[in-house]
Amino acid sequence: MKLRLSDIKVGVPVRIVEIDKGDLRAKLLEMGLLKEREVIIAFKAPLGDPIAVEIEGSLLALRLEEASCITVETLVD
Amino acid sequence: MKIALLGNPNTGKSSVFNMLTGLRQSVGNFPGVTVDRKEGVLTIDEVSHQLIDFPGTYSIYPRSQDEQIVYDVLSNPEHSDFPDLAVVVVDASNLKRNLFLFTQIYDLGLPCVLVLNMSDLANKKGINIDSTLLKSEFARAEIVEATARVGLGKGRIVEAIKNAKSQEVGAYLGKNSLCAINDAKCHEEEAERRFSAIDSIIEKVISHVATSPTQMKNRLDKVLTHSFWGYFIFAAILLLVFQSIFSFAAIPMDFIDGSFGQLSAWLKVNLPIGVFSDLISQGIVPGIGGVIIFVPQIALLFFFMALLEESGYLARAVFILDRIMRPLGLNGRSAVPLLSSVACAIPGVMAARTIANRKERLITILVAPLMSCSARIPVYTLLIALVIPSENFLGVFNYQGLVLFGLYFLGLFFALLVAFVLKLIIKSNEPSLLLLELPTYKIPRWKNVSISVFEKVKVFVLDAGKMILAISILLWALATFGPSGKMDAAEQKARREGEKSHLSALQVEKNVASTRLENSYIGHVGRFVEPAIQPLGYDWKIGISLLTSFVAREVFVGSLATIYAVQDTDVDHHRLVDRLKAEEKADGTPVFSFAVGLSLMVYYVFAMQCMTTLVVVRQETKSWRIPIVQLLYMGVLAYLGAFIVFQLFK
Repeated sequence: MKLRLSDIKVGVPVRIVEIDKGDLRAKLLEMGLLKEREVIIAFKAPLGDPIAVEIEGSLLALRLEEASCITVETLVD
Repeated sequence: MKIALLGNPNTGKSSVFNMLTGLRQSVGNFPGVTVDRKEGVLTIDEVSHQLIDFPGTYSIYPRSQDEQIVYDVLSNPEHSDFPDLAVVVVDASNLKRNLFLFTQIYDLGLPCVLVLNMSDLANKKGINIDSTLLKSEFARAEIVEATARVGLGKGRIVEAIKNAKSQEVGAYLGKNSLCAINDAKCHEEEAERRFSAIDSIIEKVISHVATSPTQMKNRLDKVLTHSFWGYFIFAAILLLVFQSIFSFAAIPMDFIDGSFGQLSAWLKVNLPIGVFSDLISQGIVPGIGGVIIFVPQIALLFFFMALLEESGYLARAVFILDRIMRPLGLNGRSAVPLLSSVACAIPGVMAARTIANRKERLITILVAPLMSCSARIPVYTLLIALVIPSENFLGVFNYQGLVLFGLYFLGLFFALLVAFVLKLIIKSNEPSLLLLELPTYKIPRWKNVSISVFEKVKVFVLDAGKMILAISILLWALATFGPSGKMDAAEQKARREGEKSHLSALQVEKNVASTRLENSYIGHVGRFVEPAIQPLGYDWKIGISLLTSFVAREVFVGSLATIYAVQDTDVDHHRLVDRLKAEEKADGTPVFSFAVGLSLMVYYVFAMQCMTTLVVVRQETKSWRIPIVQLLYMGVLAYLGAFIVFQLFK
């Protein structure tokens, strides 16, 4: 099932499918948010935004708006 | 030889820098921009080399002002800082993302040393890097392991630098793999190609890495970013920091204050009488004292900031504050500049560089000086001691403490309010970005913290100090000299009148000193501005202090001290506060009434009374427009605020 990273709950492992075209794309890619990578939302800030995403052993803070550019699929169907 | 030190943020790059150079470092700017340029000396086989520390970046393509310098220098062999060799520090526990920047630098064709830092952390995470295999991928680079936090690996890095120099340069994806700075499409393609190449390297060189993400141990984060405890702990940390700054700094500050006062008095008695002696005892010595007195506070604040940053907490503070700052036109990252501005707006304004979005950065810079900085503390404390009784309210709260808190709150409240107004005014269609790495928590290393404190204090004493000292001397001269003839004529008149009314010799000397000051250059300027500040409740002497403190707020106290010291003919020195309390207007009411005191406090909360900040804002925004806007809007706020307060409490 394809979803936006911004809609994922804490602790659910997902895989990145695609990153929307736009100003942000290059920056997200450079931070290692690439197709096929597995990520998990480790925790969220108060008010649910921004979110802390764990990717390959490091934690990245993203705003929901930034996370909504990332299409993901859940690992367990 | 010039050696560039490069790497991602949070890789322990500054630990490596400190390990290689020790205290032999200096902070300056890259030519033409105010990006911190830390430079150190590294001696290899008795030859000194220049080691230049660049801002941490994830890619050579910049996303904020300070990252831009990396591209500007590395892409331009004509640049005065273009390196002969690059030392790239990577976090061994996160090799994949870190190799991205390294391969870009390798492809630039620079001789490279790859430092696998934090190898202890990598081992703990169960990550094993086969550096022989890694070396075979980057044949032209030297690869070494280090744990700079505990000082391990200096010898290996030095050895590698020697070897790398004699290597021919290589390229991984090829020299043509790099893009123009603004070509986002090309950046995307490069990122994908580069990472797919890196993936295949990682597969070869790293053994047993957990393939699917497992929930890391973030129990600490659960608490520190909790919707209640997160803010609670943040507020508690701030309170603790400011409390300790005030209470710990008070002891050395009193000592410095006392020592310089005594030195000045001693010089006055022991030096031969003359203008030059007066310059030393009344101009230079109090001037230097006025700089040194801030060192304890600044050192403590930078100590705590370094501690918070080193430990990894500062990034969490940005994380929990981002959502709250956003509606105000600010960014979570604005928290650091605004908090730093509580020490001094200058580092605060410069810290705004990490904000990628131009509009958010401008707003942060514009409102940062509204945060009450440490230079206001002497002004606040003096005025509070003058007009607020040291009594308790409800048995627990001290009135003086409450007023001080109120002044800080007033500054913060207006900083946020102005930010909100500016958000509505400034137009921008740039995307606002957070995208921030949350580093793992670490125990701060005292060496890194102390070097950082030492460097920042040094910059303050040397840079701001020059300014403050210069103005103290200027002020002394303006108060000592006047339009020729006028001062002497006034003195003779005062003496004649004294004789006529049979005043004591002491009283005559006092009157003489006072009329001399009134007729000095500064007395004239003070009289000239008096009509403008009368509605705020100030007389010409306060006017002089307002004018001189435009250079820096703390000069206000020094000016009052100078003005009254120049008048001072008593042998024993009353404390400044007692002296000011005793000052009376012609009608016998005190000059520093409750209303005047409050009005001055409010004036200093708002007024842009700091030339150095204005100069730095100009450097940071590349035009005089922003500093002028800042000067005007803060001036209007200050005048109106002081006017309203004075009229209300008069």
